[in-house]
Amino acid sequence: MPSHDVMPNMELYQPVQVEDALAIADRLAERGWLVGGGQDTYGWLKDRAKSADALIDLSAIESLRGIRETADGIEIGALTTLTEVATSDLVRGSFSLLADAAGKVASPQIRNIGTLGGNVSQDVRCWYYRRGLSCYRAGGNLCYADTPQGMNREHALFDQSRCVAAGASDTAPALVALDAYMVIQNSSGERVVSAQDFFVGPANDIENTTILRPGDILTAVRIPSAWANADFYWEKVADRNVWDFSLVNVAAAFKVSDGRIQDSRIVVGAVQTTPRRLTDVENAIRGSVRSIETAESVKEMTTTGARTLAHNGFKVPLMQNLVKRAISA
Amino acid sequence: MNSKLTRRRFIKGVIFSGAAATTGAGVYLANAQSGAGAAERLITMNINGRSRPVDVMPSETLAYTLRYKLDLTGTKIGCNRGECGACTVLIDGVPNYACSVLTHNVKDKAVVSIEGVKSADGSLHAVQQAFIDENSPQCGFCTPGQVMSAVALLNSNPRPSREEVRAGLSGNLCRCGAYEHYINGVLRASGQIA
Repeated sequence: MPSHDVMPNMELYQPVQVEDALAIADRLAERGWLVGGGQDTYGWLKDRAKSADALIDLSAIESLRGIRETADGIEIGALTTLTEVATSDLVRGSFSLLADAAGKVASPQIRNIGTLGGNVSQDVRCWYYRRGLSCYRAGGNLCYADTPQGMNREHALFDQSRCVAAGASDTAPALVALDAYMVIQNSSGERVVSAQDFFVGPANDIENTTILRPGDILTAVRIPSAWANADFYWEKVADRNVWDFSLVNVAAAFKVSDGRIQDSRIVVGAVQTTPRRLTDVENAIRGSVRSIETAESVKEMTTTGARTLAHNGFKVPLMQNLVKRAISA
Repeated sequence: MNSKLTRRRFIKGVIFSGAAATTGAGVYLANAQSGAGAAERLITMNINGRSRPVDVMPSETLAYTLRYKLDLTGTKIGCNRGECGACTVLIDGVPNYACSVLTHNVKDKAVVSIEGVKSADGSLHAVQQAFIDENSPQCGFCTPGQVMSAVALLNSNPRPSREEVRAGLSGNLCRCGAYEHYINGVLRASGQIA
């Protein structure tokens, strides 16, 4: 037997009812760590970069799994795996944008256990932060990435505020594009927030990527029918087709009638901590045809306000071209 | 006892508890300890069709349990962080990275590792034989994981296209770069090349 342990020892709770999970999460508060599929969690714990006294494993709670039709759209349990989201007839049928995004996450094995709730709640990807260094996001007072020698090729173009890490989720931009809602429960009740408001950037909260707080459990994602069967466009660019996180991704939905764009939602991922919705571009192309000319006319607007770091300048033309493809496709 | 908290729910709810029995926490921790205490670590795993009792730490990964508790060392640990696929096993028929699953997550599930894919009479699985016939492995370290992904693929899709094989094995790295040979092996195992 090897002389090392893989992860430090800790308590493990495996509730089978969401009420029990809420009670445990409330009681443990900061000492507890919620686990869905664990594909983000275990890295933190194995590296000893973060720790918890107790794991609260949600994977045995059947009521948090599955995809159901609702009066207005669909509801996806937060513990539904990414494979289930990617292959579900309900999702594929009306919201293929989300299925396409879920099907591009990481690798088949990770999608087989990784959950939708975990994918949107995962922490940012930054070498320094994940290494356990005391950076701003970890409670320290400097950023190691935004330096002349820093490895920041994967980092953010927008909304940098001390921290320059980019969000890693592929499904988050798709959910913002679909105007989804996140259902959050804690011991005092339930609240429902829009996907757009669920994600938070470093200017508002530098130590969290979502509004979830100790005691909160993301239980479901609701997708209203407003954007069902719109014309969708999803594309992810990463170094490898498998495993790697997006360098930039785009999730877009268009409502077209008489050949003209009536309405659209264009959301870009991995260019800031939160999914970046391009409201100015959406407004500018309203009433236009989906064409290469329309796309060209908003090309500069796509990346207005970008502040490049030493090594991530390539993300500006990459983002412009992905949005161009989305609009002209 | 709170009527909502039956003994069964306690036992399912608490695997292991450390010494930190505090008030409020007590309802869960105290019961677990006054019951069987550390015995909650003792679980019965369904591995390769057999039930095997094993003492499992709360944060122990399946790969660790298989290799170092059950002596099933066919499952390889490459990166130990879900980035290579060498530790791939089937959990209820679905390929997963054993390094990135807690053993306590699979106690109600059927786990098949590379030791469990051959037939009862000892003859190799069609995928294993085809990998030999195609000289698929080079160094062989990733091979157990490649076999498991291929077995899962053929179970759900007996005659996959080359592209489908590529996708099916895409979560398994091969640092020798023998991908084409593995893909040929899967196509041979599915009877599409001879």
